[in-house]
Amino acid sequence: MVAIIDYGVGNLFSLKSSLSFIDVDAVVTSDPEVIKSASHIILPGVGAFPDAAAKLKATGLIDIIKAEIKAGKPLLGICLGMQMLCSKSYEYGVCEGLDFVPGEVVDMTPELPDGLKVPHIGWNALKFKGEKSEIYKYINEGDCVYFVHSFYAKADSDKITATTEYGIELTASIENGNVYGTQFHPEKSGKVGLNILRAFCEIGGKA
Amino acid sequence: MITKRIIPCLDVKNGRVVKGVNFEGLGDVNDPVTLGRYYSDNGADELVFYDITASAEGRALFTDILTEVAKTIFIPLTVGGGINEVSDFERVLSCGADKVSVNSGAIRNPDLIGDAAKRYGDQCVVISIDAKRVDGVFRVFAKGGRENTGMELIEWVKRCVGNGAGEVVLNSIDTDGVKNGFDLPMLEAVCNVVNVPVIASGGAGCKEDFVTLFKTLPKVDAGLAASIFHFGEVAIPDLKKDLAAQGITMRL
Repeated sequence: MVAIIDYGVGNLFSLKSSLSFIDVDAVVTSDPEVIKSASHIILPGVGAFPDAAAKLKATGLIDIIKAEIKAGKPLLGICLGMQMLCSKSYEYGVCEGLDFVPGEVVDMTPELPDGLKVPHIGWNALKFKGEKSEIYKYINEGDCVYFVHSFYAKADSDKITATTEYGIELTASIENGNVYGTQFHPEKSGKVGLNILRAFCEIGGKA
Repeated sequence: MITKRIIPCLDVKNGRVVKGVNFEGLGDVNDPVTLGRYYSDNGADELVFYDITASAEGRALFTDILTEVAKTIFIPLTVGGGINEVSDFERVLSCGADKVSVNSGAIRNPDLIGDAAKRYGDQCVVISIDAKRVDGVFRVFAKGGRENTGMELIEWVKRCVGNGAGEVVLNSIDTDGVKNGFDLPMLEAVCNVVNVPVIASGGAGCKEDFVTLFKTLPKVDAGLAASIFHFGEVAIPDLKKDLAAQGITMRL
């Protein structure tokens, strides 16, 4: 069973529907007992970093999530949920992240060549980095996924598992041990996205 | 690089998909869930569901259908029609919509775009504009293209984007239903003044019209159409292959 962390941020309808579509049992929850009994954890998120970080802290779940990760449970952060896995963000000042993956979340705007629109919205192709991530076992390099974001994660290069080209190389996914993160929305990325979710849910035995 | 998007639009009335030619003469096409699923499996990069129902019963039915669609379709969904208040955003977003398109509601209530953008983010708010030449000037029309608001298109689009609209759908009434190509001069005028994605609507009659659109106006992000897709005159996978062969970045 997959626990989708509910901390009052974003719309979880599509994420839950997509897991149910691939026959994975998923629960949207903020209950520590449910999170402890889950085989996998997903940390979603949309909106601004400081607001989401404050809301997650307010749930009191951070220590439980940390303990579950330490025990080896796979966790997937999506979009802002991925950014929150990093050490810190510069969105509206400096804000501490969960620090599961070393790296900083920065505004892409000053780094982009002229003429490119921000946010980076739409379908863009994945370019794999290093050894192919477990979450990509059912998909191919060059497959397109759906992005909506203005900030991106400058993580340590050995933690980046895929990038996407938008005038510069933007981080598309990160990984550190059993912690995974995708900047794009797998639940909005058609068959490719469903295959990424399926692969994640099979890590360490089927969810 | 980010791909150009091909977007089928499904006008829904009383639970069925219809398509107006010049906004009149509606003909029944298909079931929204079946058609949405078909497009999602056949290359559509996004779907737009437009609720053209007037009654409260029709609106509730639309919301039920939207929920069914969102349960099985995992590409971005934009919903428009009958969006007059921030509570209408909540109503469709909670059923699985990703973006909400406002048209007459934003004309009636100038605060709607700003209020919704603050609450849900700019990326969630789409301004849809029906425009037409009147004495050589692009004017904004309301109520499905029936009422001239007297507003000038460029001023209106700048105001909407300034207030937080994250995307513009420009539907030219002059070319809509004519199937002789998109309204390139009108689109160019809008692309020159905004820095958010612009979606071209109205006038697509064949594959070449999309090639011309993206070749002539590289700043246009997406092409939207209804009847040519619904009636099978243009198959989206073929269209996207042709566009890619012409050097336009597509998701294949």
